[in-house]
Amino acid sequence: MQIVFLIEQIVNGLVLGGYYLLIALGLSLIFSVGGIVNLSHGAFYAVGAYISVEVTKYLGFVPAVVVTPVAVGILGIFFERHILRRFYAADPILSLLVTFGFAMIGEQLLRIIWGAAPIPASMPSMLKGPVIIGDFLFSQYRLLLLAVVAVVLAGIWYLLNKTSFGRVVRAGIQQPDMVAALGIRLKPYMTSVVILGVGMAGLGGALFAPISVVHPAMGVEIMAVAFVVVIIGGLGSFWGVVLAALLVGVVRGVTIHFVPAAGEASMYVLMFAVLLARPRGLLGERIEKFE
Amino acid sequence: MKKFTSNSILNAKPISRRNVLKAGAGAAAVGAGATFGFPGILKAQTGAIKIGHLTPMTGFLGGLGEWAVLGIQMAAEEINANGGVLGRKLEVNSEDSINPNTAATKAQRILERDGADLLMGEISSASALAISQVAERNKKLFMALGPRSDTLRGKNCNKYMFCTDIPNTVMVNAVGGALLRDGLVKGKKFHTLTADYIFGHDLLRAAKAFFSANDASLVGDELIATDVTDFSPYLLKIRQAQPDIVCLNLAGNQVTNFVKQYAEFGLPYPTVGFNLNTSDAWAAGPGNLSGTWPTVWYHTLNTPGTQEFVANFTKKYGKPPENHAWIEYVSLKLMARAMAETQSTDTHDLIKYFESGAKFDILKGREAYFRASDHQLIQEAYPFSVKEASKAKDQWDLMDLGPAIPGDNEPLESIYPTPEQSGCSL
Repeated sequence: MQIVFLIEQIVNGLVLGGYYLLIALGLSLIFSVGGIVNLSHGAFYAVGAYISVEVTKYLGFVPAVVVTPVAVGILGIFFERHILRRFYAADPILSLLVTFGFAMIGEQLLRIIWGAAPIPASMPSMLKGPVIIGDFLFSQYRLLLLAVVAVVLAGIWYLLNKTSFGRVVRAGIQQPDMVAALGIRLKPYMTSVVILGVGMAGLGGALFAPISVVHPAMGVEIMAVAFVVVIIGGLGSFWGVVLAALLVGVVRGVTIHFVPAAGEASMYVLMFAVLLARPRGLLGERIEKFE
Repeated sequence: MKKFTSNSILNAKPISRRNVLKAGAGAAAVGAGATFGFPGILKAQTGAIKIGHLTPMTGFLGGLGEWAVLGIQMAAEEINANGGVLGRKLEVNSEDSINPNTAATKAQRILERDGADLLMGEISSASALAISQVAERNKKLFMALGPRSDTLRGKNCNKYMFCTDIPNTVMVNAVGGALLRDGLVKGKKFHTLTADYIFGHDLLRAAKAFFSANDASLVGDELIATDVTDFSPYLLKIRQAQPDIVCLNLAGNQVTNFVKQYAEFGLPYPTVGFNLNTSDAWAAGPGNLSGTWPTVWYHTLNTPGTQEFVANFTKKYGKPPENHAWIEYVSLKLMARAMAETQSTDTHDLIKYFESGAKFDILKGREAYFRASDHQLIQEAYPFSVKEASKAKDQWDLMDLGPAIPGDNEPLESIYPTPEQSGCSL
């Protein structure tokens, strides 16, 4: 029976990993292409959660999940054009400071508009409840969430690997100067990457709002995990982030199964171990401009 | 001050700034000397009475802190509109206490540099413990308004701290009767989830005492870090343990996260809990919360005092007060009364007054008083149960308030630990 419980935790950890992935992948994309550690990524996630709660009131839950990433993506356009764009070539410390400041402004705006107290959010009752497959229990909602993540993931992968858009973005990650020399302006591509990245964060916010506390500082909570995932996965690697997210989810679940008190620390220990063995992360590529 | 700094940067002669500072200090010394040091005292008598208010505004208790600020500031405004206390205005400065370390540092600064007369506030039992030690060192009063740890007012009590919320033992007793009546205790197997800090540990102790006194057993017992937001691994462990009932000793955002995810996973075991703040219940969203819980106060309490307070609060802020808004409001009011009655803001006069057993109207059916042996406010508590969604009048009308505990003919202290059990020696 013990082994069944353990497998149950591992499978649940994989589902949880999907949940982290949505935030971490966008963070990694913006980092890879623009060289900017977007500390305000969590703020977009929080804004997404709040927008989805408001939209749900008028249109219902499913439309809210569709509208929110679009709305957050539009915010992303302004963010990229007026803020991030100024810092691609600058000292990384400046972009760290400016995105950190932006995160604080975002959190305080949420506090001013909606208050510090958490706001209520529920999912439609038909989505609640378990699915029992054999000995395993799953949350129906999380399986659905996993399916959405898989679709988004497939879409992003296709976009990056099978389209001309993706070729330019991947080339831009490795050789921005060469891409420019070939007469391709990277700026619109950057805008699109940021729209995608923060849009995913917004989608994450909309999907997590019914199962976590919606409060102004929720972005800070998710950022720690997202960072750890990106660092473990390795810079510039799509599959690295996917692998790392799943690994973090599984390690956390298994740790809680055996040593509950170490549950929240487990991902940091994992990060430590991975960095000792592979300083570039699990599948991290060598990126010239960061060396 | 600002002009000063920019000048010194402009003329790039730091020495001139130093000279000016020296001159300023000299002038201040001369000024003080000329009047024999008395103006300091005179000024303290005529200026505002400064109250340093520390409360978490961020972190897992931050949502509760916002209510705390609304409550205490409303009380201050009412008091000042009626002429203040001893002819002086009350000045309540609210700050984010963040965590025990920062809380202690800020408390020291507020007393030392800002010259506050006393400290009030706090929700976290861990931060309150840190602040109480600063208060003791500085020999200033600290009124802890939100913390519920028994240990805080027991083993960790000190002469300078008074606690106004109900302790964990009372939380357990307030709901215990209702659980026994509903057949949710005797012979049942419990799985508990407990917030992993002083408050939770101490609530778990009270819960365990209650279980063993009533023939219930524990099949699982998990400590949950305060920053846990995903409970899914714990939910699986609960299912593996196959309890009859799940018992929650969680705090702040933990409660809301748990009840949302418990509803999401749809586990069949009923939940009971020994700690719930109305704000956590409001944040859970419709259809997620169930069961009977304890409370110190709820805005539907049918007393004239409460109804008047609720009406004024709702008029001012557009929403009814949460229990932290209420406790902060009544606490500042009783502090103001203590100052008025003793005609003093002196720490020792106030302590003596509170220890005298003076009765206070805290907008409940029965009056409350501080127990001299451990400085905690002795008062009624209530069970409250989640209402059927169809019966709720509005989004705030989530709970049905039960009868006050203890009953009318029993002494208030019967739901509290005895002074011996409390273990406080002042």
